[in-house]
Amino acid sequence: MAGPVGGGRGGPAVTGGGEIPVSPTASPAAGGPSAPESGMTGATVTLRIFKGVPGGELGYATYEVPEVVGMVVLDAVHWVQRNLDTELACRWNCKAAKCGSCSAEVNGHPVLMCKTRIDTLRRGPITVQPLRSFPLIKDLVTDVSRNYEINKMIPPFTAAPDDGTPWRIAQMDVDRLYEHRRCIECFLCQDVCHVNRGHDLSARFFGPRFFVRVASLEMHPKDVLDRRDLVRDLGGLGYCNITKCCTDVCPEHIHITDNSIIPLKERVADRHWDPVRWLGRKLRGTSPPPEAP
Amino acid sequence: MSEPHVTRDCDVLVVGAGGAGLRAAISAAEAGCSTIVVSKSLLGKAHTVMAEGGIAAGLGNVDNPDGWEVHFADTILGGQLINNWRMVDLYSREVIDRVYELERWGGIFDRTDDGRIMQRAFGAHSFRRLCHVGDRTGLELIRTCQDRMVHTAGTDVLAECTLTRLLTDGDGVAGAFGYNRQSGELIAIRAGAVVLASGGWGRMYRYTSNSWEGTGDGAAMACEAGAELQDMEFVQFHPTGMIWPPGARGILVTEGVRGEGGILRNSEGERFMERYDPVKKDLSSRDVVARSIYKEVEAGRGSPHGGAFLDIASQRSAAEIRKKLPSMYEQFEALAGVDITREPMEVGPTIHYTMGGIRVDAETAASTVPGLYAAGEAAAGLHGANRLGGNSLGDILVFGRRAGEAAAEFAKARGPHRTISDKQVEDEETLLLRPLSGDGSGAGENPYQLHRSLQEAMQDDAGIGRSEASLKRALAAIGELRERGRRMRVSGGRVLNPGWHTCRDVEFMLTVSEAIVRSALARTESRGSQWRFDFPEKDDRLSRINLVVRRRDGAMVVEERDLELMPDAVLQRLAKSRFFDAAALPSHYAGKVTSASVVAH
Repeated sequence: MAGPVGGGRGGPAVTGGGEIPVSPTASPAAGGPSAPESGMTGATVTLRIFKGVPGGELGYATYEVPEVVGMVVLDAVHWVQRNLDTELACRWNCKAAKCGSCSAEVNGHPVLMCKTRIDTLRRGPITVQPLRSFPLIKDLVTDVSRNYEINKMIPPFTAAPDDGTPWRIAQMDVDRLYEHRRCIECFLCQDVCHVNRGHDLSARFFGPRFFVRVASLEMHPKDVLDRRDLVRDLGGLGYCNITKCCTDVCPEHIHITDNSIIPLKERVADRHWDPVRWLGRKLRGTSPPPEAP
Repeated sequence: MSEPHVTRDCDVLVVGAGGAGLRAAISAAEAGCSTIVVSKSLLGKAHTVMAEGGIAAGLGNVDNPDGWEVHFADTILGGQLINNWRMVDLYSREVIDRVYELERWGGIFDRTDDGRIMQRAFGAHSFRRLCHVGDRTGLELIRTCQDRMVHTAGTDVLAECTLTRLLTDGDGVAGAFGYNRQSGELIAIRAGAVVLASGGWGRMYRYTSNSWEGTGDGAAMACEAGAELQDMEFVQFHPTGMIWPPGARGILVTEGVRGEGGILRNSEGERFMERYDPVKKDLSSRDVVARSIYKEVEAGRGSPHGGAFLDIASQRSAAEIRKKLPSMYEQFEALAGVDITREPMEVGPTIHYTMGGIRVDAETAASTVPGLYAAGEAAAGLHGANRLGGNSLGDILVFGRRAGEAAAEFAKARGPHRTISDKQVEDEETLLLRPLSGDGSGAGENPYQLHRSLQEAMQDDAGIGRSEASLKRALAAIGELRERGRRMRVSGGRVLNPGWHTCRDVEFMLTVSEAIVRSALARTESRGSQWRFDFPEKDDRLSRINLVVRRRDGAMVVEERDLELMPDAVLQRLAKSRFFDAAALPSHYAGKVTSASVVAH
């Protein structure tokens, strides 16, 4: 296995990927590691987990973990924490693919560790790395705060002040929104997007997660704002050349490219590049219409 | 000598960023207070995202006879009449406004044919009442509140930060102290008022639907600061958690499966809930369903891995299942290799929710310590001895808002300048840093192993069924683990070191476990989620009592508090529930519900 390449903007810049020894940490309690669990298969899983902090020694540590039926990668990482390496850092919360915390790259693929079963991976050592498009904090944990900054730039849902609830909304509209609203903010799409991965466009590109967010606001039948200029200018929607990498990794199976990004591109094109409207503006000598209030 | 730490100031400090914390922060900031929200996780990952079924509110959109009074009655009856009725009263009225408010903030709900908010059936609710969107209502709630909060002026978020001690001065709470999980930096926050929206605690049990966050730090800190904890014996076993494969054990299977028509069967194919609760059947209250599954397994009629079969495949079409229960479909397919549109799920009880918590005033969510407020799962009183599904998402909105407003008012009246005690800060620094003080090899007790030992003790001896003997064993185990806890040592530094974080978590879990066990010992009856093998019936006297735990002279004591009884006019509402049974009322209410109040359903 090659080590993680340092291609990602600010990501863990490891080129050598050397093996680093793990000192046995806190003594296993009396009786040694955890008592045997039910459902042990008798097999052993080998994990190569990226370790280190920026400015320190970076590389992989190798651990042997007893396999349990139906084990997911996060189970194995937890076993390592409990029994071999109490310092090993990873994020997780629900362990049920509902919160989007345990994102990592397993054998090079951006996935949620909690829903990646070991028996679905190819045989041999399993390599676990942090998300490469975000700056490393420690081990499997990266700094994803940029995403929260982007969200602040997007004007929130806004209804007309005189449009009092209870509202009547068609189920068809809810169904369309629900796909976007399913997003659990795992940021795997932000990680895999080649605009983020290969270029330093952080100040000019929202990324797939926030195109999904803007789409959910723009398609809400009760929202009155117009975010098309924002998503074109500040959001860098045009940088996306619809390679669908984001759609491929989405654990919620949101059709990010087809149902979020392309409709947004169409809405932006309608506003700025509709040839009939362009001609009309040319003849009248006006600029594109201002955004709705 | 004090360690270096950063100090922050705010009017209102909100501890926790689930639904209750976010809703409290919005209220406090809208009232003009500078507000800091502290989250142990990243923003938007709190346990609220796990809520699947919906928000219970008596809109009556689907079943016209429903309304807030029926919701009131169902909640009190489900809580076995030891709820704080004033909280239930406020809750059942206001949750309707909170649902429409969420919609105005951009939250979406499934709709009826005429475009109104759709409502689904849930356990022990008289009518179809849960406003929902698919089986992801919690995610919708937290994302909507999160977005509202970050765009409300005056709010600031400290993500991945753990608070470990409430700081007090002569007037009450003055702030809190803790550490930044990412950097290990210590942090003191001075505040005019503090809202604990820190959620519940399930991590001291082996099989739980709770994430790592459910360690009870909020309740433990409040208790240390002098607040009273109430109803701690009531810990909810959700009847349907996954039980296979082993790594998935405890993960929640939404009650929405039964709400959408799913039925429970034993190994003989019998729909056994018809035997245990002929009226509500599979949609009986959670305490009853969980005990029924336990009894079936004990009787040798369990599923291969010691649970029951939950069957939706024979009740609904594959397309309907995928539409109404998409994340359940996905969860079983990914984790268990089970296609729920074709096969039954294997399920069993899992620790899910804590009815007990910080004792609060109904109107203001104020605790017994001035300046300290609590809302959501961290607080006690709304749910009594058993919570109905759908009442937690409503709870966090109603009482999150009330806590935020009351805390803001208190902070403004108190003025901006709090002083914090150097001694309290130094004491906490010592406690926090002790596990790192070894020779670096980490030789000492391993915090993960102590945690696992506590989980075994609580699961075995303070679990779904309890007795005096088992609870005393649990208490002894807690005492021994607390002693060993002083010797916890870990290797590594302060930067994102989960072993180090676990040390303080274990201490919080020991405190909360002790409160659970002592309260369970003192409640010598079976009621709601508390099932005593040695006292299988209800005790009429204890139906007027809440148990309270507090610190006295360094030790934890359990005291009785008289419940405020419902006035006659309020009591009449109980008859509006489809599940009202006059014969089951305790003696102090017996005969007081007039026959004119009883509604024919």
